[in-house]
Amino acid sequence: MKLARDTWLIFERQLQLLLRNPVWVFVGVFQPVMYLLLFAPLLKPALNAPTQAEAYKIFVPGLLVLLAIFGGLFQGFGLIAELRAGVIERSRVTPVSRLALLLGRSLRDVVSLIAQAIIITLLALLFDLRVFIGDLLLAYLMLALIALMTSAVSYGVALKVKSEDALAPLMNTVAQPVLLLSGILLPLTFAPGWLQGIANWNPFSWAVDGTRALFAGDLADDKVWQGLTITAVLAAAGVFWAARQFARSVR
Amino acid sequence: MIETRGLRKSFRSRAGRETKTVDAVRGVNLEVAEGEIFGFLGPNGAGKTTTLRMLATLIEPDGGEATIAGADLRKDPAEVRRRIGYVAQGGSTWDESTAREELVLHARMYGIGKAEAHRRAARALDAFQLTEYADRKCKTYSGGQRRRVEIALGIIHEPKIVFLDEPTTGLDPQSRAHMWDEIRRLRTDGMTVFITTHYLDEADALCDRIAIMDHGEVVAEGTPAGLKREISGDVVLVGLDAATTPQAAQLLDSEPYVNKLETVDEGGLRLYVDEGATAIPQILRRVDHAGFTLTSIELHRPSLDDVFLTKTGRSLRES
Ligand SMILES: Nc1ncnc2c1ncn2[C@@H]1O[C@H](COP(=O)(O)OP(=O)(O)OP(=O)(O)O)[C@@H](O)[C@H]1O
Ligand SMILES: [Mg+2]
Repeated sequence: MKLARDTWLIFERQLQLLLRNPVWVFVGVFQPVMYLLLFAPLLKPALNAPTQAEAYKIFVPGLLVLLAIFGGLFQGFGLIAELRAGVIERSRVTPVSRLALLLGRSLRDVVSLIAQAIIITLLALLFDLRVFIGDLLLAYLMLALIALMTSAVSYGVALKVKSEDALAPLMNTVAQPVLLLSGILLPLTFAPGWLQGIANWNPFSWAVDGTRALFAGDLADDKVWQGLTITAVLAAAGVFWAARQFARSVR
Repeated sequence: MIETRGLRKSFRSRAGRETKTVDAVRGVNLEVAEGEIFGFLGPNGAGKTTTLRMLATLIEPDGGEATIAGADLRKDPAEVRRRIGYVAQGGSTWDESTAREELVLHARMYGIGKAEAHRRAARALDAFQLTEYADRKCKTYSGGQRRRVEIALGIIHEPKIVFLDEPTTGLDPQSRAHMWDEIRRLRTDGMTVFITTHYLDEADALCDRIAIMDHGEVVAEGTPAGLKREISGDVVLVGLDAATTPQAAQLLDSEPYVNKLETVDEGGLRLYVDEGATAIPQILRRVDHAGFTLTSIELHRPSLDDVFLTKTGRSLRES
C-alpha cells in the first residue's frame, strides 16, 4: 500500500518533469519515426521479403526491442544529475520507500517507451502491418519488462559509479554486443552456427524472437513464453539489485 | 534530544593503486538538549558533515551508538527519519521544478496527504518570504532564496530536530542575519536545531551551545561564553620585528602577570594575561625600557578562535 502510494508519487513527479521538457518529448517521437521511414524501406530487398508488410513484421518488433533496451540503459544519466543536485540524498532522509524511488522512475521509463511503441505501431499500420490486438498487448508486456530491466540496471549502475564519464562507456560496452547478438536489426537466421550459438546466451535474443513470433501471430510458439519468462525473471532481478543501491549509502 | 557515544566513521579512498583510509570521525560523544540551537564549529574536513550524515541515517557509522529524539539510530533508522529534518550542505533542489512543487513533494514523501501538503507548502512559503517566487523554477532563484527553500524543505514535516549543514555559507551579510532570525524562529517553534558552521561569529551569536571539532574529534564543548571563560583572561598581541622577538619573549616570559606566552610566526608575541587593561601599560614600560621597538599592541578579548587555538595549537582562520 505504502509502496504503491510512494511509487505513484515518484512516478507522477518524474513524468511531470519529462513532459515539461519539450525537447525530450520531441526526440522521443522523432527518433523512432525516422527509423521507420528511412531505414525500413531498405528492408524488403534486404530481407528478401515477399511484401513490404512481411518485412515490417520482422523489422518493427526488432526496432521496438531496440528502443526498449536503449531507452532504458541511458536513463542513468538523469539520475546522476539528480544525485549531483542532492535530490536523491534529500529523498533518502525521508521515510519514503527505497523500492519506490526506483520503481517510480523505472515506471516513467516504461510508460514513455510504451507511448513510443504505440506511435510506431500506428505508423506501421499505415504501411500494411497487421497484428492481432491480443498478441500486440503481449508484445508490449515484453517491451515493458525489457525497459523495466534495462532502466533499473542503468539506475543501479549510476548509483554505483556516480559519474557520467564512467557510465557512458560502460553502457555502450554493454549495449553493443547485446545489440549485435540479438538479431534485432536483421534476424539471426542468416547467421553462421557459431554466432547463433553465442546468441542463444543473449536474453535479448530470446526477447526479440518472442516479440517477432507475437507479431507473426504465432501465440502458440514456444518462443513467446520463453521470451516472456526470461525477461520477467531478469527484470525482477534487476529491480531487486537496483533498489538495494537506493537503500545503500550514496553521496 | 540527541545523545551519541563513540560515533566513528572512516572512508577508504583509492588514489592510484594505493588505498588510503581517512578517519573522518573518530569517536564523537555529544549531548544536545531539547529546544537548543547546537553548533558544530570546525575547519574544512573536520568531520562535521560526516557526523551529520550519520545522525541523519544517510551513512552507517562504523562504530558507536546514538539516540535521536528517542529513537535508536542503529536499531530503528526508519523512526529516526520520521522525527528529523536534514538540510544538506550542497543543496537539494531540482532546477526544473518550482519551490511549491518541491515542498509539496517533500511533504508527501513523509506520508502527508495531498491537501495537507499543499496547505503546509503555502504556510512554509509564507513563513520564509518565498510566496512571490513560489511558482518560478528553482534555477531562477538567488543563492539566498534557494537556501531558504531548502530549509523550508527540511522542516516541512515539523520534525523535532532539524540538522542544518552550513545554512549560511555563501550568503551576503544581510541574508545571513535574516537566516539567523529564521533559525531562532525554529527554536521558538519548539524545534531543536543542530547547525554546522565554520564562522566564529555565527557560532558565537546564534548557538546556545557549541562543540568544536577538529580532525574528527570534539576538542571542546560548552556555551560560547563558558568556553571563552575557560581559557581564562585576555590576550595581548605585541607586534615586534622578527629579529627582536626571541629576546623580547625571554624578557616578558618572566613577568609575573603573564600566564602564558607564544611566539607568532611572522614576528611578535601573544601574551595570555588575566586583565589586559592593567597588563598593557606594564608591557609597554618593560619593552621600552629594554630598548625594543614596538610596531603595534592590541588587546583581544578571547574569541572562539582563541579557544580553538588553545585546544589545537592552530587558528581556525588559518586552517
Ligand atoms: N564519501 C567520502 N569518501 C572519502 N572520503 C570522504 C567522504 N566523505 C568525507 N570524506 C573525508 O572525510 C573527512 C571529513 O569530511 P567532512 O565532509 O565530514 O568535513 P566537514 O567538517 O563537513 O568539512 P567542510 O567544512 O569542508 O564541509 C574529509 O577528509 C573528507 O575528505
Ligand atoms: Mg561539511
